[in-house]
Amino acid sequence: MATMNMIQAINSALDVMLDRDPKALIFGEDVGYFGGVFRATDGLAAKYGAKRCFDAPISEGGIIATAIGMGAYGLRPVVEIQFADYILPAYDQLVSEAARLRYRSAGDFWAPITVRTPYGGGIFGGQTHSSSPEAIFTHVTGLKTVIPSTPHDAKGLLIAAIEEDDPVIFLEPKRIYQGPFDGHPERPATPWSQHPASDVPEGYYAIPLGTANVVRAGRAVTVLAYGTMVHVALAAAAETGIDAEVIDLRSLVPLDIDTVTASVRKTGRCVIVHEASRFGGYGAELSALVQEECFYHLQAPIERVTGWDTPYPHAFEWDYFPGPARVGKALKRCVEAET
Amino acid sequence: MAARKGTARPNVSKDDLLKYYREMLLIRRFEEKAGQLYGMGLIGGFCHLYIGQEAVVVGLEAAAGEGDKRITSYRDHGHMLACGMDPKGVMAELTGREGGYSKGKGGSMHMFSKEKHFYGGHGIVGAQVPLGAGLAFSDKYRGNDRVTFAYFGDGAANQGQVYETYNMAELWALPVIFVIENNQYAMGTSVQRSTKSTTLFGRGQAYGIPGEQVDGMDVLAVKEAGERAVAHCRAGKGPYILEVMTYRYRGHSMSDPAKYRTREEVQKMRDERDAIENVRDLLLTGGHATDDDLKAIDREIKAIVNDSAEFAKTSPEPALSELWTDIYA
Ligand SMILES: Cc1ncc(C[n+]2csc(CCOP(=O)(O)OP(=O)(O)O)c2C)c(N)n1
Ligand SMILES: [Mg+2]
Repeated sequence: MATMNMIQAINSALDVMLDRDPKALIFGEDVGYFGGVFRATDGLAAKYGAKRCFDAPISEGGIIATAIGMGAYGLRPVVEIQFADYILPAYDQLVSEAARLRYRSAGDFWAPITVRTPYGGGIFGGQTHSSSPEAIFTHVTGLKTVIPSTPHDAKGLLIAAIEEDDPVIFLEPKRIYQGPFDGHPERPATPWSQHPASDVPEGYYAIPLGTANVVRAGRAVTVLAYGTMVHVALAAAAETGIDAEVIDLRSLVPLDIDTVTASVRKTGRCVIVHEASRFGGYGAELSALVQEECFYHLQAPIERVTGWDTPYPHAFEWDYFPGPARVGKALKRCVEAET
Repeated sequence: MAARKGTARPNVSKDDLLKYYREMLLIRRFEEKAGQLYGMGLIGGFCHLYIGQEAVVVGLEAAAGEGDKRITSYRDHGHMLACGMDPKGVMAELTGREGGYSKGKGGSMHMFSKEKHFYGGHGIVGAQVPLGAGLAFSDKYRGNDRVTFAYFGDGAANQGQVYETYNMAELWALPVIFVIENNQYAMGTSVQRSTKSTTLFGRGQAYGIPGEQVDGMDVLAVKEAGERAVAHCRAGKGPYILEVMTYRYRGHSMSDPAKYRTREEVQKMRDERDAIENVRDLLLTGGHATDDDLKAIDREIKAIVNDSAEFAKTSPEPALSELWTDIYA
């Protein structure tokens, strides 16, 4: 075991996979010589050489599209898109090529690629460096979408993602690269080293995609969250004293619906939390599924706490970000609602 | 003092030299102040300083005329100051205040001015290039002789949409000047590590677009090249490419480990090629100004910059209701 922050855990996953699988390779903007803007690939080019870990020009469409071709002919590329906001030039390739290659070739070819990309707010990045685009991927049949919330999960999930034969969008909540931010910017930052999930095995382990994690057991209400919002939800539960069951989904597609429904059937109440804007967000799908699967167990309307339906602003960072106060209010509303 | 390569031009007037000096110095001091405010925690998030590249925008603005347009990337403070936008409004946008050009909603990378025909500050690398061609199309459609300056970096030059734009711009003979600010690095990646092209302007040839490489540390050379480009566009001959060779002294943005180049490389540029020092030399050796004259200008600029910082600190936070405005018509 070693103590790792999320960046180190991701670096370790990449290291393990480059070592294990000669077909795995890494490329993207600034990832080789420079080691990545968030240092996630630090040291890998030096260790494995430029054949396995190398820089690409600023050409997101080209980066992802060439990865699809590499994947179709037996390689296992892991590409970094520097911020999730920059993935859009490659969206066409992800939707029209990566996601459907297997279907339209009747299983002859597929795209075993992993696209790693930092996402989310809380860093004053403004509208082009803060977005949470998960829903535009979860809506695309053929793509898998994964979001870790701790160093331990980040490593295990990334290894599983790389081993997947389907294209995986691996969204890294950049606000929690260094520590488990709970939505209180006014308090001193806690480093990962003070959190048990910074205990990370140095070698290989995989966390299967599609397994949610109950991070806090409770009876009063189920909270569905992922990424940074897991820590915010835990803070909200602690601050309100509400006995919430907090579920970290970890993988949005495939979704561990069984863990979700078992919990909601037990608590009878459900609050869904995400940073992305509300309308048409992933929370809308969750809400529909919970309603379909648990309607007769529900004792209160399902609540959603999300970013506002606006671009991510430069000012108003903490008004936009759905912090513990907003989550706490929803928890109260939900547990106090009478049928 | 090390020898500098700025060349005297007999036909350049004292007034022009003083103007360039003043404008470049304003950008430099403004950026230094922005760096300080950032260090004090008054500016958050991303902030890309233009220090070292001042001669590019100042030279090209000297070649621009009334009604010409400009659009650029996130490294945009210099462009805004050079086209006459108010330093107070720019600084207050950096601090996210109501008095900022985008009422605090855009930040360092996203500011605009209709009055000055400044179409932004764009955070997505390369995205502004096709927009610039669209602006030029609109001028052509209206039948006037305005031109658009579409600025982008050496790194942005590798985005596919730039080449779609080149093709359309030449096909439709659009009055757009593609200005590649080649500061030799895209974040931590040098030009040599991102392309085998020996020149970036040369890529225009494949589309039939003429262009040239310009010494971007020499404001007079930039202005002259800008005039050639403007003349080409105004004559209805279509687009033109200027690859302006320049250098950024500071990190890519405020958190830059600077591991990709040596301190000596940066210092050598500053010592030998600094554009502001070049003009200063021309002013002094040409007998156009005394040390005292230049000191007076320094004081004037300092006062403007200090006022902008004061404004940026005291302008109120935007009203929360602004969060939900300007989304739909
Ligand atoms: C589409 C997109 N990809 C990547 C980035 C991240 N990024 C921001 S600036 C930059 C380097 C750009 O370099 P260059 O075009 O040379 O401009 P310079 O910063 O040197 O002014 C990168 C990779 C981005 N903002 N947008
Ligand atoms: Mg550059």
